[in-house]
Amino acid sequence: MARMKFLCDADRCIECNACVTACKNENDVPWGINRRRVVTINDGKPGERSISMACMHCTDAPCAAVCPVDCFYVTVDKVVLHSKDLCIGCGYCFYACPFGAPQYPKVGNFGSRGKMDKCTFCAGGPEADLSPAEFQKYGSNRLAEGKLPLCAEMCSTKSLLAGDGDIIARIYKERVVKRGYGSGAWGWKTAYKETVAI
Amino acid sequence: MRLTRSIVSLLAMVAMVIGLGLSTPVAAQQGAQINPTAKSVTEDQLLNALKPGSAAEIGGRVTIPDAKSSTLIRPAGREWREFHQGTMHLIGGIAILGMLALLAVFYFTRGKIMIPGGPTNRTITRFSGFDRFVHWTTAGCFIVLALSGLNITFGKSILMPLFGESAFAATAQLGKYAHNYLAFPFMIGLALMFLIWVKDNIPGMIDVQWFAQGGGLIGKGHPKAKRFNGGQKLVFWSVILGGAALSVSGWYLLFPYTAGGVLNLQFWNVVHGVVSMLLIGAMLAHAYIGSIGMEGAFDAMGSGEVDLNWAKEHHSLWVEDEMKKGVVPAAMQPAE
Repeated sequence: MARMKFLCDADRCIECNACVTACKNENDVPWGINRRRVVTINDGKPGERSISMACMHCTDAPCAAVCPVDCFYVTVDKVVLHSKDLCIGCGYCFYACPFGAPQYPKVGNFGSRGKMDKCTFCAGGPEADLSPAEFQKYGSNRLAEGKLPLCAEMCSTKSLLAGDGDIIARIYKERVVKRGYGSGAWGWKTAYKETVAI
Repeated sequence: MRLTRSIVSLLAMVAMVIGLGLSTPVAAQQGAQINPTAKSVTEDQLLNALKPGSAAEIGGRVTIPDAKSSTLIRPAGREWREFHQGTMHLIGGIAILGMLALLAVFYFTRGKIMIPGGPTNRTITRFSGFDRFVHWTTAGCFIVLALSGLNITFGKSILMPLFGESAFAATAQLGKYAHNYLAFPFMIGLALMFLIWVKDNIPGMIDVQWFAQGGGLIGKGHPKAKRFNGGQKLVFWSVILGGAALSVSGWYLLFPYTAGGVLNLQFWNVVHGVVSMLLIGAMLAHAYIGSIGMEGAFDAMGSGEVDLNWAKEHHSLWVEDEMKKGVVPAAMQPAE
């Protein structure tokens, strides 16, 4: 099976935020939550780069390790998903996540944060594939339809790559070799304890 | 008219020449090999820039309204995970199991501490109804808070295999609500305990003597003590200071972002975890000596009336003071 990963080619990202918008629309993401965001580093200075970042679906995911009710699970494609039925909204995954992915619909509300929400790699949740219950809780399940996450699929500069780790690493490597530079596979060392060797 | 036109065209030509002259370096640069990575930020550079003590987050600018989403990578999350999944379990295990083992050893070697000369049938009032109400409000809350808190750390390895994941998640959810809401009566109880007992809990030389003599727990004879002996003062200050640390850290965790960002929440979570584990250990010892560990001790917080011999043994100076004030020990009510 594939090992699904995201890779943002920061030298191509033009900070159009279409991935952010596409994700919100495709998954009906609740108000106040952004499963994906584009962060601009060194804004206005030489070497400015924008990176689209979401849940990286880590190897040995910290969120899953610290969850007190073990609501996380890993699919056959190594996508890290969680069950909103089990989630108690304690906030521990959000303390542990190196990418700031877990978010809560009621962050400031005393007594409860509500059920955690994060990027699902457009792979839904534990409910039956493509069921209304799955869509309502987790959003779209494009993987079940044989499609890749919408954020990457509709990226205008093909900066954001989603898919099998080996394939997207190869694409990125080819680009770097051809154009002669690359600022690296952002987050890979933190998420997968490996990076794209060029 | 013609003159004006030629002046204008001359000026335009001059401007063009100046413009070309100015743009020459740019053109030359474009002709040369461009190396866009010369000043580009790589993830490695940023990660290397994270020296201890400086910000443990890499962030930038975002256009979406949520400023909190401007953090790109927060490597500190991994250290917090190491703490929570490793150190925290170790501290909790040692504090709780270690204390239970210590108490078991103490019980089987020293045995239950009996009242010397046996109980009399005369009692003296040790704690008023209000004292006991405050104590048990705080204690009751503490027990639920401790259990629901321990559940967050140890529940998934102890209770989840027994309950199954759905029932366990439902229990943990109830526990979380109990933890959040009972925090408030606990804090009120803590404040009241401080107010009603602080005057009798100021440490002094008499406490040094008490500890030097082993507090009557180890060795023979019983050192003198006022209303609260050295050990009880230790319990009082552990509860007050530990409870205050738990209240402050818990408040920040309960109201996210009042303490700052996620790094602050990680810090307060560590404080909350460590202090609670240590306090749970201390409270196990307190509960032991106040119940099965010592004859007559439970009455102090039970009925509030303690046996006169018990009081003379453990709080000799307090009994003298009470007697001077004219408090007359009451005869024990016969059992009905």
